[in-house]
Amino acid sequence: MLEAINLSCVRGTRRLFKDLNFTVERGELIELRGPNGSGKTSLLRILCGLATPAAGDVLWDGENIRSLAENYSAAVAYLGHQNAVKDELTAMENLKISSGVSGHSLSTAEAQEVLAKVGLTQQQNLPARVLSAGQRRRLGMTRLLRSNATLWILDEVLTSLDSAAMDLSREFITEHMKNGGAAIVATHQDLNINAPSVKRLQLT
Amino acid sequence: MSNRKINWYKYAAPANFYPLAGKMIPLFAVPSAILFILGMYVGFFVAPTDFQQGESYRILFIHVPAAWVGMFLYVMMAIYAGIGWAFNARLASMMAQAISTTGAIFTFISLVTGSLWGRPAWGVWWVWDARLTSTLILMFLYIGFISLQSSIDDVRRADRAGAVLALVGVINVPIIYFSVQWWNSLHQGATISKNSFKMAPSMATAMFLLLGACWLYSIAVVLARVRYIIREREQEAPWMAEAVA
Amino acid sequence: MFGWLVYRDLILAWRRRADVLATVFFFIIVTSLFPLGIGPERELLRSIAPGVVWVAALLASMLSLGRIFGNDYQDGTLEQLVLTPQPTYLVVLAKVLAHWIVSEIPLVVIAPVLGLQFGLSQNTLLTVMISLLLGTPVLSVIGSIGAALTLGLRAANVLVALLVLPLYIPVLIFGSGAVQATVTGTSPQAWLLLLAATLIVSLVFAPWATSAALKISVE
Repeated sequence: MLEAINLSCVRGTRRLFKDLNFTVERGELIELRGPNGSGKTSLLRILCGLATPAAGDVLWDGENIRSLAENYSAAVAYLGHQNAVKDELTAMENLKISSGVSGHSLSTAEAQEVLAKVGLTQQQNLPARVLSAGQRRRLGMTRLLRSNATLWILDEVLTSLDSAAMDLSREFITEHMKNGGAAIVATHQDLNINAPSVKRLQLT
Repeated sequence: MSNRKINWYKYAAPANFYPLAGKMIPLFAVPSAILFILGMYVGFFVAPTDFQQGESYRILFIHVPAAWVGMFLYVMMAIYAGIGWAFNARLASMMAQAISTTGAIFTFISLVTGSLWGRPAWGVWWVWDARLTSTLILMFLYIGFISLQSSIDDVRRADRAGAVLALVGVINVPIIYFSVQWWNSLHQGATISKNSFKMAPSMATAMFLLLGACWLYSIAVVLARVRYIIREREQEAPWMAEAVA
Repeated sequence: MFGWLVYRDLILAWRRRADVLATVFFFIIVTSLFPLGIGPERELLRSIAPGVVWVAALLASMLSLGRIFGNDYQDGTLEQLVLTPQPTYLVVLAKVLAHWIVSEIPLVVIAPVLGLQFGLSQNTLLTVMISLLLGTPVLSVIGSIGAALTLGLRAANVLVALLVLPLYIPVLIFGSGAVQATVTGTSPQAWLLLLAATLIVSLVFAPWATSAALKISVE
């Protein structure tokens, strides 16, 4: 489904990785490991199309993602270090507006359902400014739940989450795999997720 | 099989271009110096004194070529930056960066000489005539490009951001030029035109000789500058150690 | 998508309305400084008014350019916008439209009041408004290129001025030319048509450059 061919990445004068080759299939989970500064985030950003590699290509169903452009974006959900949560908007507004912007608007009832899933029902009308770091992360995670993307690209999803929320995100990822999705997850800890196939990709 | 065909791709790699550029510099620098001396000779000793402006008109032998080269280099800079961005060609982006400094210097020279010329011709140091004003704006465009590039630390982003700015600028130059022309024709201030005197053939000769000198000089200087940029950017590449040694 | 994005930016601007007001006050203060610096002579003020109003509008709208993408860049929303399944061109158009409504329309509305300070006639005030109405969208859309290029840079605010102000010159010339023409009793029509042409051309091309710049800056 997703194919990385001879990817290499240069930051400044430093080469982070070179000639990286791997594939991701439906139902597959890729655990991306590596020390700080090994290029995990850069790789993820290349894979979701935000960054261009110094060399190499990323193919989606055999086509280069650069020529697919927006069509590829529809198949991918990316959750980076930042939550893309607006301080001035309430949790509910954040969810509804960001869904609308990405092209599938939610009714209030649907939005409430999504917020309930991440445990933010009580906070739904609070401005995001007053939410805790973990709650903001949960709010950011709603982006995954309401999108119908096949491929999830997640950067350090488990940081700043308490154990309940960690379990929650494991649950989401497992569910996503069951439905035939795929995920690439950069992480420092073991994910402990039961997916049909788990691969580990180590950057040095 | 065909040895005569030059492999351009080979020289698009900084490692191969670096020594080539070193060899090419004298090929442009020497003719430039010769043309400069010839042009200066014709300009000062052959060209007649203008009956209206006296000797002061002679500054145009520097002013006009500098203005032309300054404008021409902006277009070249945009083309190189565009190629570097579209084809991910590092060398082209380095060329754009090298050209920007030279172009800005020529534009500056043309502004200063224009102002020096204005003093005897109009009695003031600065006149808002269309050409001087457009040159000033061109200078602003160069300043924008150079300061954008120098405030971005990541080289790749600097190259590509510069390319967007240069291309936007080059599309705007004709619009700016036209609007300034129009503005000038409606607010008629100083009426003495610089073109009010007839140009003797020897004057034209001097001007074109110096234009050639400026043009060859820019090529030589850009090549020298691009070598510096290559050395700076590729200092960690293995070939660099050999080339410098 | 387009509507939601404009709606979102309008709500955000409303909740941070102090920022918007600051731009308007800046516009008012700058134009009021000129009579203080030059003297209250009516004829003189009337003749410099077109230029003053337009230059102040240029500066005020430049001041607000950082807001087009700045906050979205900081909290990570911008990368999500680049990744939406719509062309980035549309994202840019939506954000520029919102910026124009929030930061430029107030200038258009307040400009005639400032024109009164300079003793402009009713007829001239109308031209001031029309020329600003045609010219300010150009300021927003061309300014968005500079705003996108300087995202996350040191001294981005000063840099944006260096990049964008030279590109604003045709708008300044056409806009103040229109007002000047009315002051001197000729028809501003030609100037306004030029402004309209500039508007169309820049609306077609500038968002393209901005989306290229956004992709470069987000990377």
